[in-house]
Amino acid sequence: MNRISVIILGIFAVVIASLMGLVIVPNWQFEEMQPVEIISADGSKAVYPQKLDSWREAPGREVYRGLGCIYCHSQQVRPEGFGADIDRGWGSRRSVPRDYVFQSPPYLGTMRTGPDLANIGIRQPIEEWHLMHLFDPQITSPGSTMPSFKFLFETHEGSEPMTSIGIPAIQLPKAYTKKPTWIVPKKEAMDLVAYFLTLHQKFDLKDVK
Amino acid sequence: MNSEDNVSVTHPRTTDAQRRFEIDRSCREVVVFWYVSAVCWLLFGSLLAMIASIKMHTPGFLADAAWLTFGRVRPAHLNAMIYGWASMSGVGTLLWLMARLSKIKLPWREMLLIAGIYWNVFVAIGIWQILAGNGTSIEWLEFPWWISIALGAVFAILIVLAVKMLTTRREKHLYVSQWYLLGATIWFPFLYITATVLIHSPAAIGVAKGTTNWWFAHNVLGLWLTPIGLASAYYMIPKVIGRPIYSYALSILGFWTLALFYNWAGTHHLIGGPLPAWVITVGTVGSLMMFVPVITVAVNHHMTMVSHFKKLKFSPTLRFTVFGAMAYTVVSVQGSLTALRTVNLTGHFTHYTIAHAHLGVYAFYSMVAYGAMYYIMPRLIEREWYSSNLIKVHFWCTAVGITMYWVGLTWAGWFQGMMMNNPDIPFLDIVRYTIPFLWSRSIAGILMTIGHLAFAILVFRMVRRDGAWLVEPTLLRSIKNQQMEPAPRLEGADL
Repeated sequence: MNRISVIILGIFAVVIASLMGLVIVPNWQFEEMQPVEIISADGSKAVYPQKLDSWREAPGREVYRGLGCIYCHSQQVRPEGFGADIDRGWGSRRSVPRDYVFQSPPYLGTMRTGPDLANIGIRQPIEEWHLMHLFDPQITSPGSTMPSFKFLFETHEGSEPMTSIGIPAIQLPKAYTKKPTWIVPKKEAMDLVAYFLTLHQKFDLKDVK
Repeated sequence: MNSEDNVSVTHPRTTDAQRRFEIDRSCREVVVFWYVSAVCWLLFGSLLAMIASIKMHTPGFLADAAWLTFGRVRPAHLNAMIYGWASMSGVGTLLWLMARLSKIKLPWREMLLIAGIYWNVFVAIGIWQILAGNGTSIEWLEFPWWISIALGAVFAILIVLAVKMLTTRREKHLYVSQWYLLGATIWFPFLYITATVLIHSPAAIGVAKGTTNWWFAHNVLGLWLTPIGLASAYYMIPKVIGRPIYSYALSILGFWTLALFYNWAGTHHLIGGPLPAWVITVGTVGSLMMFVPVITVAVNHHMTMVSHFKKLKFSPTLRFTVFGAMAYTVVSVQGSLTALRTVNLTGHFTHYTIAHAHLGVYAFYSMVAYGAMYYIMPRLIEREWYSSNLIKVHFWCTAVGITMYWVGLTWAGWFQGMMMNNPDIPFLDIVRYTIPFLWSRSIAGILMTIGHLAFAILVFRMVRRDGAWLVEPTLLRSIKNQQMEPAPRLEGADL
C-alpha cells in the first residue's frame, strides 16, 4: 500500500512540474503583456495588436478554424538567420508573444504545405484575389495543391448577377472558363477574407531583438 | 467447458493454470469489447487517412463538400486513430495486463463495458463535430471541449480501478509493466482535462495556449501511448521467449527517467516560434535527456532477446512486439535529434514531422498493440487465430507499409525544408517536388490498409470462434521438425 502511494505521488509530481514549467510560468510572463501604441515615422498613431471586429473578422477566424486551414498554413515568422521566412517576404521581422495577445488560441501551426500566413494581409491585400484563390487556387496559383473551396461560393453563368450590398460578383478569367461565369461569395467566404486582411505583423515592436 | 477436466489433478502448475484461466475469463467481455471497437476505429481511421493522403497530391479529389475538405478529414483521421484505435486498444491491454500481473479477477466488469460504449459514442460525436466544422484546430485536441471533458472523466473509473487492483493484488511483487500502466492511467486524464480547461478558458493567454497545446499533444504519445506500449513490450517479450527481463533495476530507471524528461519535450514543436528562448531551451533539454530512458529500455529489451531472435520466425506476438520495440528506439533517437535547433531548422514545418509522428504512433505503438492483441485474444476467447497466412499478410503489409511511409516522407520533408530555407526557390517548386513522395505515402497507406483488413478479418473470425481449440498457438510457420519448443502455454515463467 505504502509503495503504491509513493509511486502515485511521484507520478503526479513529475507531470505537475512540467505543467508549471511549460505552461504556468510562461503564462505569468505573458499575462502583463498589453497592446502598445505605435507612432509611425509620419507621425500617425496606431494601437497594436487590434481586436477583431465581431461583424466579419471574428466570424472569419471561426471559418479559418472550422475549415482546418492550420493543417497546411502556419502563422509565425521565424527569426532572421533561422530559416528564410524574412527573405521569402513572409514578414519583416520575427513574430513575438505580443503579436498574439488577443488570439485565443493562436493558430501558430506546425506545417507549411502552403506558405506562412502571419502577414498575408499585407502580402495579398486585394479581396478579389483571395476570393478567386479560395474558389479555385489554380486560377491564381497554378500547380498549387490547395483544395478548392467552391462550396463557399455560388456560381452564375451569363450576365452579371445581382448581389446584396457589400458582396461582390466576380467574373472568372476567360482562360479559366469559356462561358462567362460569375462567382458570388457566401458569407463565410467574405468573413474569411476579412480575417485574412487583418493578418499582419507590420509594426516594429521593442520586444523584438 | 473442457477446461474443468484439464485441472482435475491438483498440481501447483494446474492450479496456476486454473487461476490464469479464471482471470482471463473475467476479462473476456470487457477486453474483447474494447479491442473490437478499437479495430473498427482502425478501419474507419484508415479510410479517413486514405482520403486525406490522396487529397494531398490530387486536391480535386472529393473537394466539393465542406465536410470532406482536407482540413477536416485530416484531424478526423488523427482523432479516430488516437482516441478510437490507439486509446481503446490501449485500455483493453491495460485492463488485461493489470488483472494478470496483479493475479486477480477484473472487477467492475459491467461498468467497464458501459464505459466502453460511452467512449465509442463520444469519440463518434467528436469526429462528426470535426467533419461538421466544429473542430477546435488545436492539434491533438480537435474535439470540442465538452467532448474532451466527457472522455477524460471516464478515467475517474480507470484510476480508482487501477489503484484498487494494485492494492488488492495477490502477487506481492510489482512488475515494471504495472508502474507504466499506473502512470498512464493517471497522466492521461490529468493532461487531457488540464489542457482542455487551460485552452478553452481565459486562464492561459496568447502563446501560452500554444505551449499548453504542445505540452499536451507530445505527452499523449509520451505519457499515455508510450507507457502502455512499453508495459506491453515488457510483458510480451519475456513471456513469449520464456525468460525473465534482463534487469529490474534498469526497468525502474527507465520508468522514472521517462516520467521526468518526456513531459518537458513538447515545446520542441515551437522552436523558432514566438516564445521566450528559455521555454524552447527547456524543451530541447528535455528531449535530449530522453536518451537516458530510451537507451535504458533498448538495452533491457535487447539483452532479454539476445540468443532468442530465432523465435521471431514463429511467434506473431513476438514479431510485432519486437518490431515495435525497435521502432521505439528509432523514433526516440530521431525525436531527440529533431529537437536540436540545427535539425529543427530544416525538419520543422515539413512532412518530416508527419513521418516522425507516424513512426511513433504506428511503427512503435500500433505494432506493439497488434502484438498484444495476438497474445491476449486467444486467451480470452479460447480459440486460436484462424489463419497463419492472414497474420503474415498483416505483418508484411504493415511493416513494409510503414517503412515506405517513413522513408518517403522523411526524404520529402528534409528536401522540402532545405528548399524552403533557400529563398531563391519559388514556393510552388517545393510543392511540385514533394508530389511523387506524397504518392508514395498513398501507396504505403494502401498497403497498411490491406494489413488492417487482414487483421480485421482475423479479429472478426476470432470473435465468431472460427479458429481451432487451444491446442497449440497459431504460429507464422510450423515448429514441427524444429529443434526448439515454444514457451509452454500453461506453465513456465509466470509473472
